[in-house]
Amino acid sequence: MGKKTLMTGNEAIAEAAVQAGCRHFFGYPITPQSEIPEYLSKRFPEVGGCFLQAESEIASIYMVFGAAGAGARVMTSSSSPGISLMQEGISYISAAELPCVIVNVMRGGPGLGGIQPSQSDYFQATKGGGHGDYHVLVLAPSTVQEAADLMMEAFDLADKYRNPVMILGDGFLGQMIEPVEFKHMSSTDRPARDWTITGAKGRAQNVVKSLYLKPDVLEQHNLGLHRKYQKMIKNERRVEAYLTEDAQIIIVAFGMAARIAKTAIKILREKDIKAGLVRPITLFPFPYQTLERVAEKVDNLLVVEMNLGQMIEDVKLGVCGKAEVHFYGRVGGMVPNYDEIVADVEKIVKESR
Amino acid sequence: MKKVFERPKSMYPVSTHYCPGCGHGIVHRLIAETIDELGILERTVGVAPVGCSVLLYNYLNCDMYEAAHGRAPAIATGCKRVHPELVVFTYQGDGDLASIGTAEIIHAAARGEKITTIFINNAIYGMTGGQMAPTTLIGQKTTTSPFGRTSKDTGYPLRVSEILATIDGAAYVERVAVNDPKNVMRAKKAIKKAFKTQMKDLGFSLVEVLSQCPTPWRMSPRDAIKWVEEKMMPYYPLGEFKSPKREG
Amino acid sequence: MKAPFYEDIILAGFGGQGIMFIGKLLIHSAMKEGRDVTWIPSYGPEMRGGTANCTVVISDEAIGSPVITSPHSLIVMNNPSLDAFEPRLKEGGVLVMNSSLITHKAKRKNISVIGVPANEIASEIGDKRVANMVMLGAYVGHTKTVSKEKILEGLRGLLGEEKRKLFEVNKKAFEKGMEFGKV
Repeated sequence: MGKKTLMTGNEAIAEAAVQAGCRHFFGYPITPQSEIPEYLSKRFPEVGGCFLQAESEIASIYMVFGAAGAGARVMTSSSSPGISLMQEGISYISAAELPCVIVNVMRGGPGLGGIQPSQSDYFQATKGGGHGDYHVLVLAPSTVQEAADLMMEAFDLADKYRNPVMILGDGFLGQMIEPVEFKHMSSTDRPARDWTITGAKGRAQNVVKSLYLKPDVLEQHNLGLHRKYQKMIKNERRVEAYLTEDAQIIIVAFGMAARIAKTAIKILREKDIKAGLVRPITLFPFPYQTLERVAEKVDNLLVVEMNLGQMIEDVKLGVCGKAEVHFYGRVGGMVPNYDEIVADVEKIVKESR
Repeated sequence: MKKVFERPKSMYPVSTHYCPGCGHGIVHRLIAETIDELGILERTVGVAPVGCSVLLYNYLNCDMYEAAHGRAPAIATGCKRVHPELVVFTYQGDGDLASIGTAEIIHAAARGEKITTIFINNAIYGMTGGQMAPTTLIGQKTTTSPFGRTSKDTGYPLRVSEILATIDGAAYVERVAVNDPKNVMRAKKAIKKAFKTQMKDLGFSLVEVLSQCPTPWRMSPRDAIKWVEEKMMPYYPLGEFKSPKREG
Repeated sequence: MKAPFYEDIILAGFGGQGIMFIGKLLIHSAMKEGRDVTWIPSYGPEMRGGTANCTVVISDEAIGSPVITSPHSLIVMNNPSLDAFEPRLKEGGVLVMNSSLITHKAKRKNISVIGVPANEIASEIGDKRVANMVMLGAYVGHTKTVSKEKILEGLRGLLGEEKRKLFEVNKKAFEKGMEFGKV
């Protein structure tokens, strides 16, 4: 395309999938992400893709399992309660090492919760969600442009690690309109996939599975997965450091909360308080090292989340006691207010003098 | 000397882990013979369930998935939508298909998904040790209905073939048994017909197989065979519930 | 050095009054002037007949928060919206309200209030549905956030081929509104 257009986050995510060569989508409607399936149901017929509305999120994720096992570039999307239903399948997909992309446009929970934006699925996304020792690679965009960019890259990362990749956004990111430009992809070539289900023609049988009844064999399988996660940790950590060089206090936030924090930082700097922002872009792997470094230079960090304190646990692990970690969060679909962030920072700065 | 009986090419030369008198081994062989006779080994994909037959891929040598409990039809759907040229079948037990996976099987049928399901109905959970299944008969004792299943507490056994036959997307539905040679031959015919229904793109096909499960039934193989005929067949009558319409 | 341009607006009214549309038109037009823009809606069941609102931010710099606590400007088209958002308007901010439908009085003294009989003007033009464009015109006429040319360019784009015949009446409504806003 190479031209800026205005799109909602949901539409941009869907179009990015098409541009990245994704041709299979299985999903189930849920607010606030239904524009993704709606968009693809119109767009896929133009490019020969397969759009299928499944009977449930459970069926959706196993259709993804089947299609990924068959070698397709495949995705699903949902929002918090639907992602909970998918957790069993995500565990199976991780165990069978199938590449796919899962989009979670988060809304307030727990339970049916609400439909307004939230970041309350941080634990679920980064610490497992389903059963067993596994990790999903989690990308957290904060603008519509970044959502499109990360969505395109997500498919390559999924292929590279034969692992599910999750795009973790919130209701506002899905619903808001911003300018977006689709980066030209040099190719949608994918790594060789000799393990896929294509019919055992001229080769031995391929089996896509996750059962290992012998404990020593299952342990080896787990250790293999663990080595893969270590590689992700080594290679894929991403973080934005914004005005951190001269900062006296650091705000840590991801996604929508980070954008609100940026406005707060602008106001704070007009008041001569040098605040900066650390914005993790990958939530797994988490950029602990960046936090360790900034913690050596400031006395205080303020974590801002649209939940009641989830990422803060990882921030504390990174900071490792070298600085005070404070928290400001809103939940239930309420979003953080930059004036309140400003007030919190002013209070922290005043008290630490 | 002329060979009159040999191992199908679609089977590995190994013995199965099933109990003496179990029906799974027979049905595995019928599927393998069908694959051989249709000449489709190189383009057949199986989806194994959770249950005793989870290790189906150790016996059949076509490409295979191993599904989560109940989800085989969804996995088969994903595969078939990517590779419409493949012949995709699921192999599911009664707990898998008729309890935890009812939504998946009904909607695969409703979509007229061009897959084949081999449904093993033995009225019990075999692998987990003999608990009550959605197809357990009234009065039947299991480890979770120790005094016999009562309709008052747990309702009635599901007749899956009859239910699925009402769905427009289901092209072919038949119930067979593998309790005697005659029924085994009929079962073979049905399985082959189901695969052909898929290969002709006519829609969803399912063969329900009444199968003996002697160990959890706490019976000898001989008594188990008798039980299929005397107890199961009156409640689960054999026959074709939906016949494939001819193409065009 | 000229300070970089920045404006944020909350637009609110009944569902069906075209509030979301004029918000989108504003960002389409502002983007054509090379600015960064965001549009964020209230979403959910209120789309279908209740109150609807959206927040628009237009800036020369990359936009931080798309969610605005106290906006510089407010366009409201019914009583509940006035009651809900007037207290949040920034000191010295601009309130453009549809005086055809709003019977409540604006309470704040430290803001500029422009009352626009948008429904009457729209009826005079001959299409009651374009009251939203009258409101947008009054806002743009007063604040000059975007040029008239870019609004018309954006309008043409948003209406597309199928609704091209609605262009003239929308243009007329916008122009009438602009005159009103300039006063």
